[in-house]
Formats: sequence, C-alpha cells, structure tokens
Amino acid sequence: MTESARDGEYDEWLDSIESGEGYYLECPNGHGWLPPRQVCPRCHERDLSRVDLPDSGEIASHTTITVPTPQFEDDAPYVTAIVDFGPVSVTGLVRDVDPDEVAIDDVVGLDVGERVTTGERAVVFRPR
Amino acid sequence: MSDPRIAGAGVTHFGEHPERTGRDLFAEAGLEALSAAGIDPEDAEALYYGNFMGELAEHQGHQGPLMAEAIGLDVPATRVEAACASAGAAIREAVKTIRNGEAEVVVVGGAERMTNIGTAAATDALAIAADDLYEVRAGMTFPGAYALMARSYFAQYGGSREDLAHIAVKNHEHALVNEHAQIQKEITVEDALEAPTIADPLGLYDSCPITDGAAAAVLTTEAYAAEHDLDAPVAITGTGQGGDNLALQDRPHLAQTPAADKAAEEAYDDAGVGPDDVDVAEVHDCFTIAEVFAIESLGFYERGEGIAAARDGETTRDGDLPVNLSGGLKAKGHPVGATGVAQLATVAWLLDGSHPRADAVPDGTVGVAHNAGGTVASTTVHVMEVQE
Ligand SMILES: [Zn+2]
Repeated sequence: MTESARDGEYDEWLDSIESGEGYYLECPNGHGWLPPRQVCPRCHERDLSRVDLPDSGEIASHTTITVPTPQFEDDAPYVTAIVDFGPVSVTGLVRDVDPDEVAIDDVVGLDVGERVTTGERAVVFRPR
Repeated sequence: MSDPRIAGAGVTHFGEHPERTGRDLFAEAGLEALSAAGIDPEDAEALYYGNFMGELAEHQGHQGPLMAEAIGLDVPATRVEAACASAGAAIREAVKTIRNGEAEVVVVGGAERMTNIGTAAATDALAIAADDLYEVRAGMTFPGAYALMARSYFAQYGGSREDLAHIAVKNHEHALVNEHAQIQKEITVEDALEAPTIADPLGLYDSCPITDGAAAAVLTTEAYAAEHDLDAPVAITGTGQGGDNLALQDRPHLAQTPAADKAAEEAYDDAGVGPDDVDVAEVHDCFTIAEVFAIESLGFYERGEGIAAARDGETTRDGDLPVNLSGGLKAKGHPVGATGVAQLATVAWLLDGSHPRADAVPDGTVGVAHNAGGTVASTTVHVMEVQE
C-alpha cells in the first residue's frame, strides 16, 4: 500500500483522542463541531475554540452492519453508532460489547482503535 | 415566466444490464424522450444530466458532453451531482433555464451504471455520499445510515419493522405492471420480515436494489408547445431544493429530514399549492424508512404518523394518496443518477393517463416528485400539474 498524506486536523484530532486529550471545536454560541472547521455552519461565527470532550457520551442510535464496504470486510458484523457528547456527536464503532446488547442511551467512552480489515485507525466506543 | 411543459420522456428498463455502458443506456432513454416529444433535435438548446458514481463505475468523468453526443445533440451539456438527487437537481437547472428565457427546449436526464462493479464496490461507491472522515471511516454504509435513522425514528415516534414491511409489500405490488421495473414480484410481510438483515433494523427487503438504468425528459415552453402543436399537458409548476449537514452526527434530529421540509415548502409555494392538493406522489424510498421521512416532510402526515400509512392502506394504489405507483426505488430500482428524472416521467405519465397505474388516480391533476441525496443532505421536490 502506498503511503498517503495525513488528513491534517482530522488525524490530529484522532491523535488527541489516543492521548486521552480529545477535544471538539465550539463557537461563541455553544455549537459544537469536529475538526476541521473554519466557521460554525449554524451561526457563521469564525471564532472557534478547542474544548475538552467529555469522558463519556450516550448512544443516540446504532446499527449492526452485516453488509460492509470492502474496507470493512473482515470487521463485519460490526456496530456503528452515533454518540451524543452534548454539544457534539461523534460517529464510531462500538467495541467490547455483544452487538445484541447495544442500546440507545448506553454510556460509552471514546477511543481510537484499528479496523480489522485495513489496520487503519477508527473512532471506537467502549462501554463505561 | 413560463412553467416548463414536459413534452416527452423516456426511461430504460431498470435492472441489471452489466454489458451496457452508461452512454448506451442514456442514448436509449434520451432518444425515446426526443421521439416522444416530437421535437426537432436541432431545437434543443441545453442538456442537464445527473450522474453520481461514473468515475468509480466506469472510469468516466465529464459525462455531460458525452451524453449530449450520445443522443445526437450539439448543445452546452452539464453534469449535475447531488448523490442520489443528482437528476432532481438537474431538473431544477432545466426548469430555471426555461423559466428565465434562456432556452425554449431543454433535455434533462440521468444515468447510472452500478451492477458491473459488484455489490461490495457499489456499496462502497454509495457510501461516499456520506462524510468520508467522520462516517465512512466509522463503517457507515448507505443502508447503515438509514438504519441509524430508522432506529432513531422507532425510539422517538414508535413503529416497527412490520410497519416498514408493509411499505415494501405495497411498492412491490405497485411495480407488478411496470415493465420498466427491476423487480416485478409480489412479496408478503412475512417475506420481508424473514429476509436477511443488512444493517439492523433494516433487512434486504427494506432496501432498494443496485440498478443500471437511464431516464430523460424534454422540457419546453408553453409557447413552443402551442406553436408546434405538441401534446404536453403536464407542466412543472413548482421546484424546491433543501440542504442539510452532510454528516448525520451534526444534525439536531436523526428522525427527521429538514432538507426535504425546505424543498417541499419552496416547491409548494412556487406552485401555489399545498399538501392537501396533491393527488399522487413519487418519493425517494431508497429504504422503506425513507418513504416515511418523505411523506412526513411533504406534509401528508404529521411527524410519527407516516410510519402507518402503508399498513393502513392510505398510500396503496386504492388509498386516498397513492405513493410510489411505479414501485418506487424499492421495486422499480434505483440507478441513482437517473432516479429523479424517472420520478418526473412517472408523475407526468400518471397525470396524462399513460402510466399502467394511472387508473389509481383517474382524476389526478397535481403530482409531486421527491428526490433525496445521501441521507437527505440534498433534496429536491417538484410539483407537476395538468394544465388543460
Ligand atoms: Zn455557532
């Protein structure tokens, strides 16, 4: 596989999660976003500051995917979820829990893991 | 300002045509539309063309001029891309071009070739309509995204997989007489519930198939239609488009589609009609739950009420407001870049009485087409009305 460039602030954000210092970007009106963002799409404010991500969030919705894309072939079946961290929500893979046991409102923490198929980094949620 | 008349339309059979190129499929639909319109091709002044995954499926970009050539036109030709709403967005460009007086005859269409790359690659190609950094890398697939929305809907408003199954059963039944449809096979609620899961709570029968196909329509002015004695009774009287955050995670609601709300409101205002005036609708049911979102955003149902519409027989062909008489994307098929124009053609044929399901709306005068891209980050709505 050829080496490709890092995806700037996205990879920097993953680094921050890995080192336990995850953050999100917040505008003066409290709207939260994940990087990269230069402007708040809700209120046009450009003054975005880094705010620490809470240690845990709640699952807003989840699905167990059995028909994956080729990049997740060996991962399937796997659980993808959107987790609500307050001002910001994050999409990732739910690990360390039986897919049938995952439920809306479950509390999970944020981590970085590897995709089984490609070894590339991915956002991972584990039960708290 | 003249509301464009639909002078003619053409749609290929939707299905698996692995050995037919995109240009071949579009040529069939486009030439059929030109023939049906009875318009001298020399009079065509522009082509707007929808396509989503041409680079991935056929290693072919820059498809606008290619497709103009394929139907024998030497006109400015532009490809429009808005994921699965590409053709709906192309229609808007065509409508604007005619309304602002820039052209009297415009061809609009779309095509997609999908089956030649296989299910895995097609799943991958469709997934890139989502946010690559924050969704695709988290394992999101197109069905997966709608599964997240479906589970959220169930949690917020209620509803069950069985309710969704009734939508699939309805749309399969509607497609039985549609020779353009990919799937002409009756199914039962049990069949749908027992089908393999692809992204729970959605199963195989909650999902549209992977499809090759093309669609085209010729739009013209009222004056041109009158001058050339064309049979073009149906006009596009309203157009609307709405947008939303690309990633689901950035939206306030997972169980609503505000881009479609905005598109519907704009299109209704433009046409001067409301949801109560609508006699028939073709909506974007790439998944069964998507039909629920569509009929709620179009104002036919309150939030949380659309889930029961098919089960209660209200949107079936003998119901008060038939939805997806073509079979919808579910049974007719979903060649993504062609879908919006195929919906337009279907509504026009339902209103002029030439569609095999037109008997479901014998007195219909107002129809709506709702075309959604990705997880409804793009939506177009078009209102069509019989003018004679
Ligand atoms: Zn803001």
